[in-house]
Amino acid sequence: MRPILMKGHERPLTFLKYNRDGDLLFSCAKDHTPTVWFADNGERLGTYRGHNGAVWTCDVSRDSTRLITGSADQTVKLWNVQKGTQLYTFNFGSPARSVEFAIGDKLAVITTDPFMELTSAIHVKRIAGDPTEQTEESVLVIKGPQGRINRAVWGPLNRTIISAGEDAVIRIWDSETGKLLKESDKESGHKKTITSLTKAADGSHFLSGSLDKSAKLWDTRTLTLIKTYGTERPVNAVAMSPLLDHVVLGGGQDASAVTTTDHRAGKFEAKFYDKILQEEIGGVKGHFGPINALAFNPDGKSFSSGGEDGYVRLHHFDPDYFNIKI
Amino acid sequence: MMVTGATQNPAPPTKLRWGELDEDDGEDLDFLLPPKQVIGPDENGIKKVIEYKFNDEGNKVKITTTTRVRKLANARLSKQAVERRSWPKFGDAVREDVGSRLTMVSTEEILLERPRAPGSKAEEPKAAGDSLAQLGKGGAVLMVCRTCGKKGDHWTSRCPYKDLALPAESFVDKPAVPETATAAAGSGKNTYVPPGMRAGADRSGTDMRRRNDENSVRVTNLSEDTREADLHELFRPFGAVSRVYVAIDQKTGMSRGFGFVNFVNKDDAQRAINKLNGYGYDNLILRVEWATPRTN
Repeated sequence: MRPILMKGHERPLTFLKYNRDGDLLFSCAKDHTPTVWFADNGERLGTYRGHNGAVWTCDVSRDSTRLITGSADQTVKLWNVQKGTQLYTFNFGSPARSVEFAIGDKLAVITTDPFMELTSAIHVKRIAGDPTEQTEESVLVIKGPQGRINRAVWGPLNRTIISAGEDAVIRIWDSETGKLLKESDKESGHKKTITSLTKAADGSHFLSGSLDKSAKLWDTRTLTLIKTYGTERPVNAVAMSPLLDHVVLGGGQDASAVTTTDHRAGKFEAKFYDKILQEEIGGVKGHFGPINALAFNPDGKSFSSGGEDGYVRLHHFDPDYFNIKI
Repeated sequence: MMVTGATQNPAPPTKLRWGELDEDDGEDLDFLLPPKQVIGPDENGIKKVIEYKFNDEGNKVKITTTTRVRKLANARLSKQAVERRSWPKFGDAVREDVGSRLTMVSTEEILLERPRAPGSKAEEPKAAGDSLAQLGKGGAVLMVCRTCGKKGDHWTSRCPYKDLALPAESFVDKPAVPETATAAAGSGKNTYVPPGMRAGADRSGTDMRRRNDENSVRVTNLSEDTREADLHELFRPFGAVSRVYVAIDQKTGMSRGFGFVNFVNKDDAQRAINKLNGYGYDNLILRVEWATPRTN
């Protein structure tokens, strides 16, 4: 395949997100300016100017009219996707690390980092249909996990919130009361910081990637470990194909390994694994630096990866990708 | 489009026409053309349109247009997506000109590379070879230390591991001035594969560099266009060669007539000297001897 290279960001990429229809791709990077691209040919549509710090995360509403972004400048902003204008700003006491709209886009879950005396927290905010009616108040605030919470997502039917972070434990919280419902098992769980989390298209299982060089597949209801995928590199980003049973892991290189391995350009790869057999199918090389973000188009026929090198690489699969057999 | 030809006016009838039309009436109607006929798309999607018109000379002309009507591949965009396609650019994209190269299609074909069969140890020798490939590529590597093979850290003269073992690689020495070695390495080495990287290349190294230097053979009376590769090729039959060097005049790019070959084994070096001293190579008689005075 001929990937399309998009170099709109000058700093490393942090997050990629497709909209529900799969025609827009939103990219966040450390350069303060989230960008939206057309997902078929990689043409840039626009940028959202306003943040003063690295943008760690974003999510787009189902009708692709609203964008929510979380940034290191301690704000979370709501944007009009089409015009690029800011609709609302939520202020926090510490950098925001992860945002996600709930199903129905009426709520959003936001995580904030530990900062000075504040511990990390998970906030649930109500999102008003009319931006002028938007208020700052939180519906729910959950505190508890030690260390940074790198990702928090909504569980099925918005009943639960799943969080994962630096303490390597995945937790499921009740989204109305804030009570901790489940924690991942310490023995079988991750051993190091969990960097990324992605849900299956139907929400029944999710994948977590960690710096312990593995990714694990969990059942959403019971939080039992289903599968484990091992790599040689710390995993920074994970993605699941909505079409085939493939998972993709993207990662980097341990700082200690930097001098011993070669720096041949374009060697960082996104690794494809068979979801059920846990075996590696192959890798897609091309990035000049560790891969920090991965996203699959909802139609499953293309995917994109964002790296430390500031490039977003958009890959449309060749027809023989769909016929791969282990 | 097919123009089938001009049709002439109908010849005047010899008998009375039906409907009592006389010639004049028939000619009056000449300015009328038969109506356009559309033969709709058949099962192959072929559509024919037959029109009549007057060409420049005033002749009636029948034009048959044959087109194939084909349905485009399923536009996978939903209606809203199609609308979004026509949104105006905003933010930093407003000032974008058509020629801006933000989005480019990769020039390389990238494949989903299947991993090697499980259990193979292909990774390790690859690591040794790859740093050479890296050197071969040029441009990306800045500082190469020959002693420890580390890149981007220090030059050979400043190697903190000066006395330690040479890494298990053989390599081609870069011509002349070490400080500008990178520039030279970068120039035009993109497709050149150093002998150490070629198929069948011998990459075994020696234990210690010093011993290697003691197996150094000096070759003089080289022709002008002799290069490292030639020397390597010439001396290879005698045994493993760890290093070749040809003194090259930076300005002209020609060999200055001499070079050095380091063998892994002293015996190989001895045999090479015996055989190649006095050997005719490229119109010149080679002189091959020990680089440093040897006592055997």
